[in-house]
Amino acid sequence: MSNIGSYEDKIKNFDWSISEKELNYQDGNIINIGWYCSDRICQMGKADKLALQWEGFGGVEKKYTFNDIRLAGNTIGTFLRNLGVKNEDRVCLFMDRIPELYLSFLGVLKIGAVVQPLFSAFGDESLHVRLENAQTRAIITQKKHLSKVRRILDKLPSLEHIIIVDHYTSKPLQDKEVSLNLEKEPPVEEFNIFPTKAESPSVLHYTSGTTGQPKGVKHVHYSLISQYLTTKWVLDLQDNDIYWCTADPGWVTGTSYGIIGPWSLGITQCVLNTGFSAEAWYKFIEKYRITVWYSAPTAIRSLMKAGQEPVRNFNLSSLRHLASVGEPLNAEAVIWSEKVFGIPFLDTYWQTETGSIMITNFPGMKVKPGSMGKSFPGIISTIVDAKTFKPYNEYGKIGLIAFKPGWPAMMRTYWNNDKMFQRKFKNGWYLAGDRASIDKEDYFWFIGRDDDVINTGGHLVSPFEVESALLEHEAVSESAVVAKPDEVNMEVVKAFITLKPGYEASDDLELKIMNFIRKKLSPLAMPQEIEYMDSLPKTRSGKIMRRILHAQEWGEEIGDTSTLEDEE
Amino acid sequence: MEEIKDVILQYVIDEYLEDDDDEITYDTPLISGGYVDSFSMVSLKMFLENKFKIKLPDDKATPEAFDSVNNIVALVKEFTD
Repeated sequence: MSNIGSYEDKIKNFDWSISEKELNYQDGNIINIGWYCSDRICQMGKADKLALQWEGFGGVEKKYTFNDIRLAGNTIGTFLRNLGVKNEDRVCLFMDRIPELYLSFLGVLKIGAVVQPLFSAFGDESLHVRLENAQTRAIITQKKHLSKVRRILDKLPSLEHIIIVDHYTSKPLQDKEVSLNLEKEPPVEEFNIFPTKAESPSVLHYTSGTTGQPKGVKHVHYSLISQYLTTKWVLDLQDNDIYWCTADPGWVTGTSYGIIGPWSLGITQCVLNTGFSAEAWYKFIEKYRITVWYSAPTAIRSLMKAGQEPVRNFNLSSLRHLASVGEPLNAEAVIWSEKVFGIPFLDTYWQTETGSIMITNFPGMKVKPGSMGKSFPGIISTIVDAKTFKPYNEYGKIGLIAFKPGWPAMMRTYWNNDKMFQRKFKNGWYLAGDRASIDKEDYFWFIGRDDDVINTGGHLVSPFEVESALLEHEAVSESAVVAKPDEVNMEVVKAFITLKPGYEASDDLELKIMNFIRKKLSPLAMPQEIEYMDSLPKTRSGKIMRRILHAQEWGEEIGDTSTLEDEE
Repeated sequence: MEEIKDVILQYVIDEYLEDDDDEITYDTPLISGGYVDSFSMVSLKMFLENKFKIKLPDDKATPEAFDSVNNIVALVKEFTD
């Protein structure tokens, strides 16, 4: 029997108080996610239960019980307080998927500070703009990423503390740097958790838009109410489950469902901190007897590409429930997983701004391969007309996905950019920025983004950000960046550039520019292909027309070109 | 062959290693060891193609084939011999 039981019954009788009651929360109470994910679980008699089973390179293992993560959260919180970090200060977590990342998440929340998780593969520029925007006061990182922080430190007056969790050498630390070796710190048993309330800020994730700099999505401690219940009903986590969320906590899935969801339910989770290979992943599932697996279409398509042979070498019979997030899950992947694992991957739809799952396929529900599924109970979703923003009354019409505001995990604003936040609402609806349709059985069907943002491997990349970075390369005169279709990643970044006088197009220059972007922004933002142009298509007013280049890549009709500048 | 090995190793060190204290050898797992991610494989492939004047088919440029300098050398050799 699944946790949700009958979807129809839950829809009819739904109220978010279901979640509040299970978490013993009442309006006006203290609510601290760090406490809910560790101390509360210990108080429920599960102190000795395994919370984190971690494996790194070379098969190195580490294990932490719920009592261990409670103590580690206290210890990190105390360390931060001793440095002078206080509630509502932003503390960036800039680490690979090592245990300290997960434990620091709890420690930062316990002192009422705001966690700012950033993907550790970000380059200097990507890191800088996000730390500058959030006026981050402290960053917790690893030795391997320290050089990036050092290179930008002078430009970040707000950044007062650089905490390194693996400084084991005798090399001297520099100004503002301090070592935190968790294994040597005395565990802190008694700790005064900061009394955060429902609307206290908790997590600040950054996301990319078509234009402008990345936006900091502000979430609050009350988001737990959504994250707890969606984890329980959609991921169906039950007391004996062994759970694996493959997402990196540098992105929202890695925190909402890679930390908060499972630990607030007292579930054992596994983390694998190595690069991707089908064999390694199957071995991991077999070794730890993983039962519930939450992954992404890009990973699933990579597994498909590796074929069925590796699957046969491992015993994967422990798996009982599979779910996917990040980009639309294609029908082939659903059918393949059912054939290979005996159960299908179920698609879930949500985004950084929504904070929790909004539209999804539920355990026990009829799966329509390729469909996003149905609205989570309590979530009012619809498709609106792109011009009037009024909901369609007919099935099958393509429009914009829209949600009635008010669910607990919804973002509260964009950091320092409330104007941009307000623009996400039209006619009383929150617009997700995606296009879809609804069929007669209320299943949603994804069509595509409503803007130029590139979804590569489930991560959003701003074309504007890449174009701006390209212009900083000495050889580049003009740039335009679009999505290019890709079999595994759905989309990848493609750049069109013109060169400054004195530079000649060559393969070597292309490689240099690619590496320039990889180091400046991130491997995700690195163009997988660069096309040299004599000139870029522009309007008569001089604006580069990305849509023409996009249409060319996707084999689509170019459409109206009447505003194109005259060819000379 | 020694020279190819060293050229590739040096390129990986220069382009993908962030920590000065990290030491990699010809057998260090590059992909599964987390030094080179799947997106960055594209630039590594392009480096090999440009440097050794070869064309590596996409189906040969797998994470396994790129997982160590020694593996890469074997792949390059397949297309240069």
